[in-house]
Amino acid sequence: MAKAKVAVWKFSSCDGCQLSLLDCEDDLLALAGQIDIAYFLEATSEVVEGPYDVSIVEGSITNLHDAERIHEVREQSGALITIGACATAGGIQALRNFADVGEYTRVVYASPEYISTLRDSTPISAHVPVDFELRGCPINKAQLLEVIGALLAGRRPRVREHSVCVECKQRGTVCVMVAHGTPCLGPVTHAGCGAICPAYDRGCFGCYGPMESPNAAALNAQLAVNGAEQIDLFRLYRTFNAAAPAFKEASEL
Amino acid sequence: MAELASCTLEREAFDSLFEALERRGYGVIGPRVRDGAIVYDRIAASSDLPVGLTDEQDGGHYRLVPREDAALFGYNVGPHSWKRFQLPAQRTLWRGKLDEDGNLSDIVEGPAEPERLAFLGARSCELHAMGILDRVLLGGSHPDPAERAAREGVFIVAVQCSQAGGTCFCASMGTGPTAQSGFDIALTEVIEDGRHYFVTAPGSDAGRELLAELPTSAAGAAEEGAASAAHARAAAQMGRELDITDIRELLYRNYDHPRWNEVAERCLTCGNCTMVCPTCFCTSVEDVTDLERTSVERVQRWDSCFTIDYSHIHGGAVRQSAHSRYRQWMTHKLATWIDQFGSSGCVGCGRCITWCPVGIDITEEARAIRASEEAVHAGAR
Repeated sequence: MAKAKVAVWKFSSCDGCQLSLLDCEDDLLALAGQIDIAYFLEATSEVVEGPYDVSIVEGSITNLHDAERIHEVREQSGALITIGACATAGGIQALRNFADVGEYTRVVYASPEYISTLRDSTPISAHVPVDFELRGCPINKAQLLEVIGALLAGRRPRVREHSVCVECKQRGTVCVMVAHGTPCLGPVTHAGCGAICPAYDRGCFGCYGPMESPNAAALNAQLAVNGAEQIDLFRLYRTFNAAAPAFKEASEL
Repeated sequence: MAELASCTLEREAFDSLFEALERRGYGVIGPRVRDGAIVYDRIAASSDLPVGLTDEQDGGHYRLVPREDAALFGYNVGPHSWKRFQLPAQRTLWRGKLDEDGNLSDIVEGPAEPERLAFLGARSCELHAMGILDRVLLGGSHPDPAERAAREGVFIVAVQCSQAGGTCFCASMGTGPTAQSGFDIALTEVIEDGRHYFVTAPGSDAGRELLAELPTSAAGAAEEGAASAAHARAAAQMGRELDITDIRELLYRNYDHPRWNEVAERCLTCGNCTMVCPTCFCTSVEDVTDLERTSVERVQRWDSCFTIDYSHIHGGAVRQSAHSRYRQWMTHKLATWIDQFGSSGCVGCGRCITWCPVGIDITEEARAIRASEEAVHAGAR
């Protein structure tokens, strides 16, 4: 079987998700045996021209140049997979969607006149069709391998969209919300991390964005009963997935 | 109960029970404190138990609080149930190899020989739950051999509740608080007049043999009376109540009741109720291949009727709304379960109430539906 020709692309992001690919350590050799990395600037400056069987895309669209470049990527890709909160929801940089980006630019940059940027940070799926979105900030490398493996095997990836609570209960973690009163986004958050934070006595931060059928209004009502103020709720949702529609709406309740 | 003759075991001698179980090669699972709750895990001595603690429970609320005494079992059920050991949250059903053409070969079935376990501290509602789960997993024409192997060798030390929790309603379900069968040994803890002891009763030959090795004394009328008083105290303390009169017909009549919409507004569809329920048995089975496509395994994992994927069939998921998912769960638990398995699927342990992050209460939901019918009937008169 011919190896799949794979490209890894970066848009507005911190590189953490594509580094997960290099972080696959024990599986890296097996992976290299199955795919040809044709374009992956984080790993090698050697570039093989497209088209590519699979494109893995990290980052959000935040400027006009990238808004055009993503179409070029789409055109030369068989399957296009987006990875991470930036690519799937706009990322932490989408906080500017709620503010005046010009004001942010003036505060951050010494010479803001050199900055050309769009008003909003948007996910890849707002610009081109996406074949699979892998959530997380950062993504779970085991899930990344699963998505790649499933793609190579021609099967559906085993990536569940239910709440983090299911993962907590599967691993036997005590509910931090019920037993400690800790504010937790687990009930409205997409599984995938393996419920790490509650296992270390922290509420879920919502890194994987909204689950399949989030009821944030009901969760917020309970968090308020447990003592959360409006500003606390606002801050809970305004993080890595702030612009994901369900979290955006939840922060405005 | 196999025999009514009961004995007493003093607190100071309680660890002889652990020693006797150890001599028989049992790994002991029982209650212990972890992360602010009482969970079921490995224990080796009475000092591992939640000594001097009790639990405060209500809808969406659980806190450990100190007791005034040093009771070993002075609390009710926590977030874990014995389901975790009957039906593990995740297990590999078989492993196989794939040849160059992708065909399956060399299938290795099932897990290794299961460890012999003793469950120490199982409550009456939990014994009923184990029985229900046994009927589901081991009854019918396709019993699960791995379940059977894991279950058959279990030694059960039941603890009779001497108090009920805020979300307990076993008395309504006819599953407690006092265990009548389904155990090898039953213990009732008594602390009074400066004496701390257990009234013990065997429930099987194995239990009788084990008890014979412990430094017990015959129980007198006063001690048996103290145990009975403890059982009565628990029965009188039920935090919740569920009227199960014609419950199946009630729910079948009210498939389109507006209450389902109201509960759906609060329901997070997070699945916590099903995960903590000691009888919810739904699992998903996934085939896992490695990157090189040379090996494959079939993994079974706890799943939930509250996830969309669980009802995904050709064409899509059949239960998209929270309304339909909550109705499915509660109607199955209290009504269709009776048709399917010959008993209610609910044992009144209250876990779904306590561990629902927003405190949805199955007893309250059933009450609201019943009350609305009664109001209609009253109006008609």
